[in-house]
Amino acid sequence: MSYQLPKFRHPELPKNDLGYTKADYEGAISTLCAGCGHDSISGAIVKACHELSIEPHKIAKLSGIGCSSKTPTYYLGKSHGFNSVHGRMPSVVTGAAMANRELLYLGVSGDGDTASIGMGQFAHVARRNLNMVYIVMNNGCYGLTKGQDSATADEGSMSKKGEPNPFSAIDLCATALQFGATFVARSFSGDKTQLVPLIKAAIAHRGFALIDVVSPCVTFNNNKGSTKSYEFVREHAEATGAVDFVPMRKEITTDYKPGYSHEVTLHDGSSIHLYKLEQDLDPFDRTSALLAMERHRAAGDILTGLIYMDKASRDLHEQLETSRRPLSQLTEEDLCPGNQMLKNINASLR
Amino acid sequence: MKSIESVNDFVIKFANVNGTGSASANNLFAKALFRMGLPVSPKNIFPSNIQGLPTWYEVRVSEKGYLGRRGGVDIALSVNPQSMAADIQEVEPGGYFIYDNTKPLDLRLVRDDVNIIGLPLTRICNEEYKDPRQRQLFKNVIYVGALAALLDMDFKVLTDLVADQFKGKEKLILPNIHALELGHQYARANLDCPIGIRVQAADEVGDQILLDGNTALGLGAIYGGATVAAWYPITPSTSVVDAYEKYVKRMRIDPGTGQRNYAIVQAEDELAAMGMVIGASWNGARAFTATSGPGVSLMSEFLGLAYFAEIPTVLFNVQRTGPSTGMPTRTQQGDILSCAYASHGDTKHVLLFPSTPRECFDMGAMSFDLAERLQTPIILMTDLDLGMNDNMSPPLEWDDSRKYDRGKVMTAEQLEAGVEFGRYLDVDDDGICYRTLPGTHPHRGAFFTRGTSRDEYAVYTEKGEAYERNMLRLMKKWETMKEHVPAPETIPARQETDMAVLYFGTSEQASLEALDRLADEGIHLNAMRVRAFPFNDEVEDFLHAHERVFVIEQNRDAQLRTLLMAEFELGPDKLKSVLCFDGTPISARNIRKQIRLHMPELDEEPQEVARAAGATGE
Repeated sequence: MSYQLPKFRHPELPKNDLGYTKADYEGAISTLCAGCGHDSISGAIVKACHELSIEPHKIAKLSGIGCSSKTPTYYLGKSHGFNSVHGRMPSVVTGAAMANRELLYLGVSGDGDTASIGMGQFAHVARRNLNMVYIVMNNGCYGLTKGQDSATADEGSMSKKGEPNPFSAIDLCATALQFGATFVARSFSGDKTQLVPLIKAAIAHRGFALIDVVSPCVTFNNNKGSTKSYEFVREHAEATGAVDFVPMRKEITTDYKPGYSHEVTLHDGSSIHLYKLEQDLDPFDRTSALLAMERHRAAGDILTGLIYMDKASRDLHEQLETSRRPLSQLTEEDLCPGNQMLKNINASLR
Repeated sequence: MKSIESVNDFVIKFANVNGTGSASANNLFAKALFRMGLPVSPKNIFPSNIQGLPTWYEVRVSEKGYLGRRGGVDIALSVNPQSMAADIQEVEPGGYFIYDNTKPLDLRLVRDDVNIIGLPLTRICNEEYKDPRQRQLFKNVIYVGALAALLDMDFKVLTDLVADQFKGKEKLILPNIHALELGHQYARANLDCPIGIRVQAADEVGDQILLDGNTALGLGAIYGGATVAAWYPITPSTSVVDAYEKYVKRMRIDPGTGQRNYAIVQAEDELAAMGMVIGASWNGARAFTATSGPGVSLMSEFLGLAYFAEIPTVLFNVQRTGPSTGMPTRTQQGDILSCAYASHGDTKHVLLFPSTPRECFDMGAMSFDLAERLQTPIILMTDLDLGMNDNMSPPLEWDDSRKYDRGKVMTAEQLEAGVEFGRYLDVDDDGICYRTLPGTHPHRGAFFTRGTSRDEYAVYTEKGEAYERNMLRLMKKWETMKEHVPAPETIPARQETDMAVLYFGTSEQASLEALDRLADEGIHLNAMRVRAFPFNDEVEDFLHAHERVFVIEQNRDAQLRTLLMAEFELGPDKLKSVLCFDGTPISARNIRKQIRLHMPELDEEPQEVARAAGATGE
């Protein structure tokens, strides 16, 4: 494992519309285990943000506690970051987003952080439809404490010690859907072709966007019999379809093969193109999305890709009718009603 | 029997059934006295229940301006058979027991040392009203009308007040005035009016207002510039956010666009409420939450994060009786230690102790300046007594030239100019470092906020020296805070003495009254009202200047005393405790009695006083 990030960069690295290279979106070198799925997800985040030409300092990256939650150090070094407490990232993002609606909120969590200690906050942030991207780096185990099963571990999945997990797994996509999430996707850390456009679409979506990314733990959960190992996921992933994200200013260049394709225009004017493989899934219909997930679960497959999206999503700011100017930028003049108002109140209290 | 005779000086206690609208009628009575220029102090003693259980409302009237609980009851007005036996027992000898005599009084309850007055409330209501709800509601208004006759009150004050209170709901004015008249006329025609206790107009109120502390806090948050309120409902703090919401809807919605300059989020629990406050404050908004003891327990982990990561945080704790669920609708100052040192590891938090609604407003607004200046949690410690009862208070005021103190925040211009930025770099040598807000500058000033140990540049480290440096800097910051938090208030005794009392928050009024009584008896004590933790040097000097200091507080474990002993390394001999923890506000009689008990050198106290202090309801 290397412990120093090479300073040398190719002088002609491609620049995005803002003139930034990918290096401007990178962070410190990862201290996770070599081969950890999480590092690939970090790479996908970097790629998506670079390609979308988002100003790095207009992103706030937040996390909880655990291996997954360490990753914000490894990407977006020019963005403010917040490594909060275990399972509580959603509430911290909620407050942050209320204060300043102009930033992009990127929350990263793990399966322990989300499906166990943070289940309550996960449910409620989805329900409020906070405008954020919520990425779960899901490896089915607790890495930092050496490999205990997590609540997303599948029933019967073998631990490294050779013990089958006796409990039913929590499916974060299915629960998020029921909690009211307006964008639900699943992907695999080993499939950047799928993951990067999903992250882009999640960023462009206005509302709560969950991407549950199966991300194998090479040290504690990559063994035979584990349903979160590289080998198992590669063999059992079934994509809902191909997703291509098209930013507002770009022309569509992808040629879609004949089949069921669909274009969705997002709030910021950009669009996503879906090329569907799963004919029985209508990703704009909750019931259809839930049924598809249940079908694949029963068959022992992992359904990946965009599973559900609510095109009419109204985020928390819209629901609360908060001012267009970020609350954090308001001053005394905007906020303080002045002494005359108090005199009137006093008069009513005598 | 010698009946109590007094003018403008008595305690009346209403015994009602909760959910019957009695609190508004009782409040009408208290406010009428206030409008007659009389200092009043109403206290609602209510159950954790919506309908059907006993509830009481005690009103202290004192022309001298004593606003704390006195102890004892001069007039009991009983409309609840459930609690009648206990209610009659509470009446002072020579006092008055007014009850609904539609049904005869149980002979076993009769006391021959109390004036028993029958008022057939149910009968009057049944004759007058057909609708059961009206019978219930107007019963309360009728007894207020009767009291006006019994106490020789100016009836017009009541009718004017009804007209004011129902402004905009004119249909309700006449029926309420009619009910007042029913009671008034019945009493005048059938009872000996007035009784020995009377009221007459005075001029002892000045420009003061009658307001509950929670509303004052909600207003303080608005004036202090809070834009994000994140909360979880819990008695007795709920009305803080209710008040905030009521007034922001009037004051903070753009009439043209309908856009709101605030966001209120009802969280899923107190943990999330605190997380939201931290997230919003980290991102540059002024944010607060309001809760009570159980909520603080849940918020503890986050409070540790805010302390260690140095994030401005404002928490209003309206204390109730603990531990655990305790007595949710009773008062206590029981969270002093759990708030001062909330969370694991070495932590200390700023506490503010308001004692009037005006101070709730002032300190509420000040909390946001302090939080941003000191970059740490500010916990304002009020309680149910101050928060939910109408308290007489100086009027609220705001200096329109006042600017918010946003603390040390590095701007884009400073970053652009190349000013060195290290999030935990103590450049001013006061322990307080500069922070940057997310989104400030394209490539300078970003840092990683974390609950893990880090160096001066916010980079994760497990090096012992770096951790220690940081912890010592936090102690330096703690010292700096002493100059910023409100100073204590000192009240010298009438003559020189080496004894003193020290109190805070809602013990103030009863303490002042007890001090007057003791001084009359020749016991002189200097007094200090502590208004914040960390304690300023003045507090330390005051403790050292006295031989014995009685620390008055409303909890079992003498928590403030423990805090004083821990912070100043004082021995237990110097600090003596005066405590009340039965869930009711501490009374002047109780304080006086306990201080005397601490002085074995005193002669036995006079018989009359001993009896009074031994009465229930102290």
